[in-house]
Amino acid sequence: MALDKATVARIATLARIKVPESDLERLAGELSGILTWIEQLNEVSTDGVEPMASVAEMTLPMREDKVTDGGQPEKILANAPQQALGFFLVPKVVE
Amino acid sequence: MAALTDLTIAEARAGLRKKEFSARDLAEAHIAAVAETRQLNAYLVETPERALEMAKRSDEKLARGQGGALEGMPLAIKDLFCTEGIPTTAGSRILGGFTPPYESTVTAKLWAAGAVMLGKVNMDEFAMGSSNTTSAYGAVENPWRRRGDNRPLVPGGSSGGSAAAVAARTALGATGTDTGGSIRQPASFAGIVGIKPTYGRCSRWGIVAFASSLDQAGPMTRSVRDAAIMLGAMAGHDPKDSTSAPLPVPDFEAALTGDIRGMKIGNPREYRLDGMPAEIEQLWQQGISWLKAAGAEPVDISLKMTKYALPAYYIIAPAEASSNLARYDGVRFGLRVPGESLDEMYEATRAAGFGAEVKRRILIGTYVLSAGYYDAYYLKAQKLRALIAQDFAEAFKTVDAILAPTAPSAAFAIGENSDDPIAMYLNDVFTVPVNLAGLPGISVPAGLSGEGLPLGLQVIGRAFDEATVLKVGDVIERSAGFTAKPQFMAGGRA
Amino acid sequence: MSLIEGRTGSWEVIIGLEVHAQVISNAKLFSGAATAFGAEPNTQVSTVDAAFPGMLPVINRICVEQAVRTGLGLKAEINLVSVFDRKNYFYADLPAGYQISQYTRPIVGKGEIVLDMADGSTRTIGITRLHLEQDAGKSLHDQHAEYTYVDLNRAGIALMEIVSEPDLRTAEEAGAYLKKLRSILRYLGTCDGNMEEGSMRCDCNVSVRKPGAPLGTRCEIKNVNSIRYVMQAIEHEARRQVEIIEDGGKIDQETRLFDANKGVTRPMRSKEHAHDYRYFPDPDLLPLVLDGKWVDGIRKGLPELPDAKKTRFESALGLSAYNASVLVAEKESADLYESALAAVAKAAPGQPKAKLAVDVANLVMGDYFAALNASGKSIADFQVTPAMLAELLVLQYDNTISGRLAKDVFAAMVETGKSPSALVEERGLKQVTDTGAIDGAIDAVLKANGDKVAEYRSGKDKLFGFFVGQVMKATQGKANPALVNERLKQKLAG
Ligand SMILES: [Mg+2]
Ligand SMILES: [Zn+2]
Repeated sequence: MALDKATVARIATLARIKVPESDLERLAGELSGILTWIEQLNEVSTDGVEPMASVAEMTLPMREDKVTDGGQPEKILANAPQQALGFFLVPKVVE
Repeated sequence: MAALTDLTIAEARAGLRKKEFSARDLAEAHIAAVAETRQLNAYLVETPERALEMAKRSDEKLARGQGGALEGMPLAIKDLFCTEGIPTTAGSRILGGFTPPYESTVTAKLWAAGAVMLGKVNMDEFAMGSSNTTSAYGAVENPWRRRGDNRPLVPGGSSGGSAAAVAARTALGATGTDTGGSIRQPASFAGIVGIKPTYGRCSRWGIVAFASSLDQAGPMTRSVRDAAIMLGAMAGHDPKDSTSAPLPVPDFEAALTGDIRGMKIGNPREYRLDGMPAEIEQLWQQGISWLKAAGAEPVDISLKMTKYALPAYYIIAPAEASSNLARYDGVRFGLRVPGESLDEMYEATRAAGFGAEVKRRILIGTYVLSAGYYDAYYLKAQKLRALIAQDFAEAFKTVDAILAPTAPSAAFAIGENSDDPIAMYLNDVFTVPVNLAGLPGISVPAGLSGEGLPLGLQVIGRAFDEATVLKVGDVIERSAGFTAKPQFMAGGRA
Repeated sequence: MSLIEGRTGSWEVIIGLEVHAQVISNAKLFSGAATAFGAEPNTQVSTVDAAFPGMLPVINRICVEQAVRTGLGLKAEINLVSVFDRKNYFYADLPAGYQISQYTRPIVGKGEIVLDMADGSTRTIGITRLHLEQDAGKSLHDQHAEYTYVDLNRAGIALMEIVSEPDLRTAEEAGAYLKKLRSILRYLGTCDGNMEEGSMRCDCNVSVRKPGAPLGTRCEIKNVNSIRYVMQAIEHEARRQVEIIEDGGKIDQETRLFDANKGVTRPMRSKEHAHDYRYFPDPDLLPLVLDGKWVDGIRKGLPELPDAKKTRFESALGLSAYNASVLVAEKESADLYESALAAVAKAAPGQPKAKLAVDVANLVMGDYFAALNASGKSIADFQVTPAMLAELLVLQYDNTISGRLAKDVFAAMVETGKSPSALVEERGLKQVTDTGAIDGAIDAVLKANGDKVAEYRSGKDKLFGFFVGQVMKATQGKANPALVNERLKQKLAG
């Protein structure tokens, strides 16, 4: 499937990656090439095939309800690009 | 006696036991080797003080007659493994300056077994690549050169730094991770051994995620025995990883009996690709003959869906990655590029922090999951994945292991394949199906190409039957007698 | 049907509610960090909650159990296989860039809630589903001119999202639904229902249509945090939509916020982007598979819920429908009633059961509720205990105090927190049943009012009340009223 520039711009916004207008054309071409190659999957009929999300032949293991973590805000904040008063800081959001 | 840096883990273990040298001697020799080979750009962080400190503790333990399976063994750690107090970047600018406050389960197990940390090694950014050229910290050079051609070659990827470090004798072993071939293909390109265990065998906790349903950690070493020893230390159930298999870890080294009499070895006909170099086909045939000579029975098998593994993988892996990499947003760690609004900050940070290949995959992944396309792409790929796994399950009803080439070519030059993403993706044509099916696979160096570059053969086994994979790999290794060494390595030319 | 009147006729309001109820558990849904409300910022955060690289979720069994318990309490289907999906979007307080939720396969399917309306009628509202998901962190927008402050203490706490069918038609019904749901959750002990602390939050989907017409476009009002506000928000939103349509406009499907100060709804700025959540199964987790026997065990352990309790109060205890519904509305009041009743039944075995049930109900719903409301305290914190209520009734049954005095004693209980017997003792409130003392008082009254005695005896029966009053006054109200009546009649009869 050929992606147009508008679609590339839309998915770049969804993925929160700034793509300069001048790159859209090239990216649209690259991504279209990959998608076209991927579409060979359509040669295979998969009617009635159960999709496989994981190869792990197990069910979900469960943890006990115990507090085993937390209490170390310094550790959580140590790598933050911007922090104050124990909070992470981000550019102001208007809801 | 061979140089300390040229020993295998098994040999170094014996030498330490016999007190021929100390863990400190081993550490010092390897610290020097790391420094000597910096031109390869294999190491992103060198940790010599940490290495000496750990070696000191190993010597103390050894003196008391104690010590774990890897006591005193200097190892390189792929930069995808979070290491407490040591910067971890996953080869990306976006994790620049990130120092994890925790240690990955796999590396913690290695340290508990006595291993010594030499440093963090380079890799394709977020493990996305087959050449180690997508690293934000520069390409890694393969220590091997083509005969009569001094152009630098890629070490393969994404565990390219690991492969180069081990091949160039700067470490006795290295950790790698393999999502679509990232241990086996660089092992093949660098003339070393690499095993991707069964999905669930090694904990993923603390390893920067690329594609969670495919990622597996494994060892990269210079012998099959070393791989068995190291895997034994890395593997095991981890309650912190919900997909970790609650199974005991067998004694992998004990499996290396050399006895494969009566075993049935499958040769998948779909792995004979049009345009594949004749020498790879020949090496494969050679491998079949070796195993036959050792008493195994070759069986032609069919893995019908092989052709569709790569395109299915290039839906599933980017889809998972697009979500896994959403956390790199400039808020809690890593790079932040300021912006007027939250969204501008996100977009600027992620545009500056991710390289071209990572962005390409995030965009593909975002697209295939987006409204209206999920069924056509993602669900379709999951169905193909089921069919691919079914192919293997069917084959393993009759065979005990499968033999195939590891990669369709030897190492290529840095810059080759770089303008065509699909040509690059085709490097993983023989390895990706194994990840999709979650099976164990090993690459063992089996010969040289006409240009004098190493080529690997791959052995694929049943889920959680790494023992058989290692056993057959060991027979290949014995039969091949691969002794060639790279042109560039610590201690000079071989 | 309840309709609202517009210029062009009547409109029907269609309301569906999505309630996010915080699960009562010690630790978070997928991490070991604590869940307590009101902690210092980022002190209840693990590296899993902050979505550090390589961190993995492991589910908390109690959260699963609480969701199942709630599903059973809502008479809903429990899905023995459910799946966790990732809901992908970027926001400052969503560290991973996705919320782990359940999309196509929730843990709980269709159920119902019966509403008791003010007029005594009932309405059954369908529950579409209940699923488990992670809460987000908290963004504080008013701390700084340029920055939003992010606290992740709440990030990762388990939520049950409980979705109703669009069965509600009025703001009152929506209020009744929330009260009933909160009551059920509290009976079950699965959510504390505290809306001020945000442990229960409501999204309202509102649309309007002419009766019988197809459904109109709906707006979603996000995160309304009190029942009163929900009712106001729905009222306002319905009127707003009717006005727009009657003015020839059309409703845009959008997400809105309720401004409690102005009593209006407005579009939510941060939701202006079209959303595409790209749900897909979380590859870090596997399908949640429940054992039917385990579910049955939870079912057997369910407490009696308000509907069943109300029926029992009516049929077994003989309470009126009104009294029963008031008493069961909150678990705490039902518990208080039942323990007071049990205590009094034990202490006064001679009294008829039906009388006790009614007496306790009258006491609780009368003096007790009045004093409780005046105090502003919760039942648990209120100084008047069930044992004290029982004692107060027993003192009346054994004629220690009169009903009139009981009122004074109750007031003293509220004031001092002392037991009724202690107060009676301390204040000498014991009823006078000594006939000699009563006769003395009567004689004195009759002597002092000879003219009135004469009037009475000549046929002015109404004066009897006057004599009783005088005698009670003379005994400071302590004389047993029955005895006073009896003796007075005799003496007046002369
Ligand atoms: Mg919702
Ligand atoms: Zn929700």
